[in-house]
Amino acid sequence: MADSEVLHAEHRLEYPYSRSTGPIIGAFLTALRDGRFLGATGSNGSIIVPPTEYDPITSDDVGELVEVGPGGVISSWAWVSTPLRKHPLQTPFAWALITLDGADTAMLHAVDAAGPDDLATGTRVTARFRPASERIGSMADIEAFVVEGGAA
Amino acid sequence: MSAAERTVRPVSIASFAQSQNVRKDDERNEVEGLMPVIAEVFGNIGITKDDVGFICSGSTDYLIGGPFSFVMALDAVGVWPPKRESHVEMDGAWALYEAWVLLQEGEIDAALVYSFGRSSLGDLNEILTLQMDPYYEAPLWPDIVSLSALQARALIDAGKATEADFAAIASRSRRDALSNPKAQVAKDVSPEVLLQDEYVVAPLRRHALPPITDGAAAIVLAAGDKAREWSDRPVWITGFDHRMETHSLGARDLTSSPSTAKAAEMAGVASGKVDVAEIHAPFAHQEIIVAEALGLDDSVVINPSGGPLAANPLMSAGLIRIGEAAERIRSGKADRAVAHATSGPCLQQNLVCVLEGE
Repeated sequence: MADSEVLHAEHRLEYPYSRSTGPIIGAFLTALRDGRFLGATGSNGSIIVPPTEYDPITSDDVGELVEVGPGGVISSWAWVSTPLRKHPLQTPFAWALITLDGADTAMLHAVDAAGPDDLATGTRVTARFRPASERIGSMADIEAFVVEGGAA
Repeated sequence: MSAAERTVRPVSIASFAQSQNVRKDDERNEVEGLMPVIAEVFGNIGITKDDVGFICSGSTDYLIGGPFSFVMALDAVGVWPPKRESHVEMDGAWALYEAWVLLQEGEIDAALVYSFGRSSLGDLNEILTLQMDPYYEAPLWPDIVSLSALQARALIDAGKATEADFAAIASRSRRDALSNPKAQVAKDVSPEVLLQDEYVVAPLRRHALPPITDGAAAIVLAAGDKAREWSDRPVWITGFDHRMETHSLGARDLTSSPSTAKAAEMAGVASGKVDVAEIHAPFAHQEIIVAEALGLDDSVVINPSGGPLAANPLMSAGLIRIGEAAERIRSGKADRAVAHATSGPCLQQNLVCVLEGE
């Protein structure tokens, strides 16, 4: 049978709907597009970053959004010497939980550093955003965090 | 309401079976892998599917990469005439919980619970990322090993453990697995030798990670007369609870497990001496966190089966903890046992089951 006789059909598996990120997550992602961080005011005035629509501990509705960061402190980290294919960086890097200045909870992101000796719990880092023209309102708008005052 | 104040219908673990745990079973599909396990779990006590009033399974479509794989898996039981059936997209320990709740209603007296997972089919580091927060975490593709390493680092920084502690747990688990014919990784290697392993993601070295395992398991639950009919010494579930923490990873204290502690309190772990604990801690450091949350003292034998560091079939490893704990009691090696199961990243969700021999 000639190849031209073989029937072909493209099958594309997809979820053909879109979902709103809502007033809190949406505001956070929109702020990321603008190169800023927002946190939500939770129970007892704690600032939740990244913000959820409810306090993650008490489940109460959150209050007003406030600006935090872009600097912060590493609260835990793990060194990846061999990045996986979907990781945000393809050179050795650290995953870190980062408590931004003004925040009471930590956010997960990548830290671009030369080696594990440059990092410790308590190390100050700051966000390195992608160029404004490339930002789309996503966690990936932050290329990585870098050690504050270090080579970016 | 404490465990003591709750009126529970006594339900027993009447039978337990598990497959050989292997790195890769590519000769059998899910149904073929389950069939001998189902046959064994019924055969142990001389019953058939007609003797159970409910079937509940735990598995995840993300491993097989196709929808409703649990429906196909029912062929391993052969449900004709039709039977009441349910499924949880969770470890089989939670399927067991659902069946236990139904048995509490008193309408039926026996249930079959099973779970299956072929971890070898895909890339677990990518598959398990899909359980993360879809807006804040999953887009970055944080893998489960890295997330567990973050937790291990936090534990070290808090002064609660050292890398040598992780190696000691891994060494003990795999040595204990030598007496478990179903274990996948069983060997006698000292912690000192293990500490020479390379880091996979620092501070976790190879030995602190669970193996990738294909396997399946099943349990028959029985209440009332059937529990005594099917066993000379019924193993009763005397406490059962599960709790979940926020999915916001950075809002949790990763060095403790308040959900395990709460489940342990509700299940009444502290109301008697614990002889043995089967802990579902896939990464070595997590055993330290769970043992503390369960309130176990040094006299408790932990994971005599080798635990998940010796065999970690996804979706079954928690159910196996309950089965192994029950077997310790059935064999007379223990009178009271605690079984634990976990789900989600860094011990996000935890189940605690207290078992007692009659």
